[in-house]
Amino acid sequence: MTAALVGYLADTRVLAGRHLLHLRRTPGRLVLMTLNPLVMLLALGYLFRHAITVPGGRYEEYVLAGVGAQVGLAQIGPTAIGVAADLRGGVTDRFRAMPVPLGAVLLGRTLSDLAVAAVSLAAVAGLGALLGWRPHHGPAATAAGFAVLLAFCYAMAWAGVLLGTLVRDAETLDSVGALILVVFGFLSNAFLAASSLPGWLRPVAEWNPVSSVVGLCRRLWGNAAAGQSTGAAGATAAAVLLALLAAAVVLSLRALRGR
Amino acid sequence: MTAAIRAEGLRKAFGGRPVLRGVDLEAPAGTVLGVLGPNGAGKTTTVRILTTLLAADAGRASVAGFDVAARGREVRRRIGLTGQSTAVDGLLTARENLALIGRLLRLGRAGTRRRVDALLDRFGLAAAADLPAATLSGGLRRRLDLAACVLGEPAVLFLDEPTTGLDPVSRTVLWDLVRDLVGGGATVLLTTQYLEEADALADRIAVVDAGRVIAEGTPAALKRKAGRDRLEVVLARPAETAETARLLTRLAGHPARPDPDRAAVAVPLPGGLDDLARVAAGLSAAGVAVTDFTLHRPTLDDVFFALTGAGEAEPAA
Repeated sequence: MTAALVGYLADTRVLAGRHLLHLRRTPGRLVLMTLNPLVMLLALGYLFRHAITVPGGRYEEYVLAGVGAQVGLAQIGPTAIGVAADLRGGVTDRFRAMPVPLGAVLLGRTLSDLAVAAVSLAAVAGLGALLGWRPHHGPAATAAGFAVLLAFCYAMAWAGVLLGTLVRDAETLDSVGALILVVFGFLSNAFLAASSLPGWLRPVAEWNPVSSVVGLCRRLWGNAAAGQSTGAAGATAAAVLLALLAAAVVLSLRALRGR
Repeated sequence: MTAAIRAEGLRKAFGGRPVLRGVDLEAPAGTVLGVLGPNGAGKTTTVRILTTLLAADAGRASVAGFDVAARGREVRRRIGLTGQSTAVDGLLTARENLALIGRLLRLGRAGTRRRVDALLDRFGLAAAADLPAATLSGGLRRRLDLAACVLGEPAVLFLDEPTTGLDPVSRTVLWDLVRDLVGGGATVLLTTQYLEEADALADRIAVVDAGRVIAEGTPAALKRKAGRDRLEVVLARPAETAETARLLTRLAGHPARPDPDRAAVAVPLPGGLDDLARVAAGLSAAGVAVTDFTLHRPTLDDVFFALTGAGEAEPAA
């Protein structure tokens, strides 16, 4: 049992190393993926900071958690394209015809995605601090906020795996990724208070998983938070993330095994 | 002799559409089994089931002595697969591609390096070893793919259309590599659409069509099924077609078949060079003017067309 686990982890590490090597070979991709949320942060947190008002705080603080969630959403498309390319090109089949567990193949990919997300989030936090973002509840709560965002990014990496398994065409995936970024980003509380949305859209934004993650981060950081207490927001976000992750993992493995 | 690959009654349907309708295959250890068939015949699905990538709806199969459904992990320890598309990572170099496989096979750092260097040499990849695989030619990428497949010294190799899309030179190189691997004791299942390829490499050939094995045997036996050598002459004066057919029937001792539209006559000619000389002399003596004089040996194409009745309907892609 222990030997099997050690082997599983060793495979995962080797396969994650493959993706990190990809990033070293195509540094432009890493830069562009990080640049996307940074531009968003600059546009909203700097250019629009006086144009948008949110109840109970400054917009440049309010928007940071939203841009953090954007990092996770922006990852879905690239992850899906990578998964689909490995499936089309036969690389996944090669691994699967070897004594390598399918789970290790996908863990390797999602964990390397998580490393990229961590770099992006660090860049977002750095630029945010320059623009005036401050967490107000001490280092532990600040770290907890980033842990929540990382957990969200990880769930989104698996959502990308599922999407890439179901849709094989790279151009379609590119468009779907962009659509997800806009729809889930804007129909949530990421950039605007849900209460400022047209009435019929409010329930959509409130049920959007992005909203619960962003709401919890604002609470942990003391950035113009509204609504639930930290405990309730934490429980909601944890339930939402676990459900998303479990669904994406189970459906991805099923879709891949049944091919 | 023990079978390294055995399949009995494999069935598989996708969304209600049957792809395999009961496939039986057997390859003794150390032999090459060619699975020959058109697109859509079920070759790739068969390979995917035998390599544990896909579960069959019905039937059983064992590879290297292990049941593919129940003992998948044991099977995967003993096989190598090159799929229809070249499964190399374009961003990694040839060396890194192989090293990745070596580490997943737990060959150790030093063991991996030794084995990778040896394979790069043997597959003629040494000069290209440190270039990104995406920049290699199709032939080199295929070689790299095959090298990755044999890195773990598998007992059974599955090569799914390994030379599709390759230029003739690369194809010959790949054939030599496959022969070399079989010489080393491996069992190979090779799918192909090329009759020539099955003929060149396989000890036995299974012809598949529409999800069934419709013929099985050695290349020589299958060719015998397709018929004997056949002489075809094309006449300078079309009016002489019927008369020449009678002459050829007498000379060859077999019924000749005239084709008035093409001013051609075909006749079976199993007797080799002597028959050929007698017929040629006879035609010349009778003063028949001939523009084309060809001896056709039966090919696997003939087998295939004879068995499937292809040409009537285009097989599904």
